[in-house]
Amino acid sequence: MELDDHLFRREAGRMVSVLTRIFGAHNLALAEDVVQDAFCRAVETWPVRGIPESPSAWLMATAKNRALDVLRRERTARTFAPELSRFFESESTPSPVFDELFSADAIKDDELRMMFSCCHPRLPEEAQVALVLHILCGFGVNEIAHAFVSSFAAIKKRLTRSKKVFEKSTTFFDISDTNEFSTRLPGVQRALYLLFNEGYHGASAEHAIRIELCREAMRLSALLLEHPLGATPATYALSALMCLDAARLPARMDAAGHLQSIFEQDRSQWDHQLVDEGLKFLGLSATGAELTEYHIEAAIAALHARAARTDDTDWKTIVTLYDKLKAIRPSPIVALNRAIAVAQDQGPDRGIEEINAITDSDRLSHYPFYAAALGELELRRGRREVARQHFRAALSRARNPMEHEFFNQRILACASEDVQ
Amino acid sequence: MSEFTYLFRGRLTSGSPDEMQQHFQAWLVWFKQLEAKGHLKEPGHPLEKTGSVVMGKRRIVHDGPFAEAKDVVGGYVVVEAHDLAQAVELSKGCPILEVGGSVEVRPIER
Repeated sequence: MELDDHLFRREAGRMVSVLTRIFGAHNLALAEDVVQDAFCRAVETWPVRGIPESPSAWLMATAKNRALDVLRRERTARTFAPELSRFFESESTPSPVFDELFSADAIKDDELRMMFSCCHPRLPEEAQVALVLHILCGFGVNEIAHAFVSSFAAIKKRLTRSKKVFEKSTTFFDISDTNEFSTRLPGVQRALYLLFNEGYHGASAEHAIRIELCREAMRLSALLLEHPLGATPATYALSALMCLDAARLPARMDAAGHLQSIFEQDRSQWDHQLVDEGLKFLGLSATGAELTEYHIEAAIAALHARAARTDDTDWKTIVTLYDKLKAIRPSPIVALNRAIAVAQDQGPDRGIEEINAITDSDRLSHYPFYAAALGELELRRGRREVARQHFRAALSRARNPMEHEFFNQRILACASEDVQ
Repeated sequence: MSEFTYLFRGRLTSGSPDEMQQHFQAWLVWFKQLEAKGHLKEPGHPLEKTGSVVMGKRRIVHDGPFAEAKDVVGGYVVVEAHDLAQAVELSKGCPILEVGGSVEVRPIER
């Protein structure tokens, strides 16, 4: 029997969520130990006895038994969740209430509770994202450091601090509290959005890791949509934008592994099933009075998805959508993307004017695609030497070998006679 | 052919889920190799990490395997090999060695 490559990782989040529900948020470390123990047992048992019929069920059952051992041993200490006594019928026999915690629905609820707990408002956004990735998605410190192009020590520190806040929060988030749910929901959506973006626009050189980040963000958004309180228009919009953007992932690199901008991607490679799903979600998001940044970004992605060629894209509408986005969530990146759309609609001169008008462009000074955008537009209006300088600047800021290669190609393009 | 037992000590406790799964796959491959070459006499049993140690004339009972985590025997197998040298050679592929553990190779007296 073949295992899915990331089976353990997927199960880790489910197990730790249920166990945290049982032991209480302040015992997160204990829950993590029990999960680790279940993996150790799998490592030691499976080679001898063979891989069980349902590896996921085996892992969860092992975690459950271990949890019972811990509860029996520590029962008198009363350091666990207050409802602990309900878990036992007698001194040592677990009650049906305890078994019920391991039903498929209960596990999903606990994953959701974990998601909301990780997005504690006292944590900075990047800490929330790291915590979600670590606890719910089962990424190790090393793997997160890799994905964020950060150091092991920095991520370790961030996680240790965040876990302290988590453990001090004393209660595992209660998703049945309608008010609390709605209050924290935007923070959760934002964390999932940032997780997706880390995969989609992040710096990691490894395509596979980035796709995994996107996939995890989509999995968690789907989980959110399954809950009646979570399935808000904003969550639908968030899911729509993830599907529509992720649909382009297969075309972002050509067969030789070279990065492809949206203008030159082979659009037949886009994932049309994901496009359809995204459009369906976008339809479902179109209720209520609130227009979120996710609605607008999804609408922009939908316009790209609908255009068979770059030239068929409705750039005028995209510019107005970016205007709205700028009003809701102003950022130099949004302004840059808007300027690029203006250039597509009204030509490179106007695009460059718009880029030069970005007030806080200093915040983009390390972002390689800022210089690259200027290079692209200068190249289009025939100022090859200026364009080359911009691409050189972009090259010096390249975050990984793929970007390096991409900017080198653009520098070469400045020399060739044949410019589009 | 003679029989030997491998006693495995130590375990990977700090790996991420992905690393744990890769570690498991390495064990699986090693086991299958032993089996395919006809060296695996008994697959043995993993040992639980709990238990007791009974010591001395006063029969004092201690909880647990009573050793540092890295020294705890986590399981054993019985292999067949021509001699100790071959049994030792075969043990060198054990993934436990990659994670700071050890394999004790002991001839079984018959």
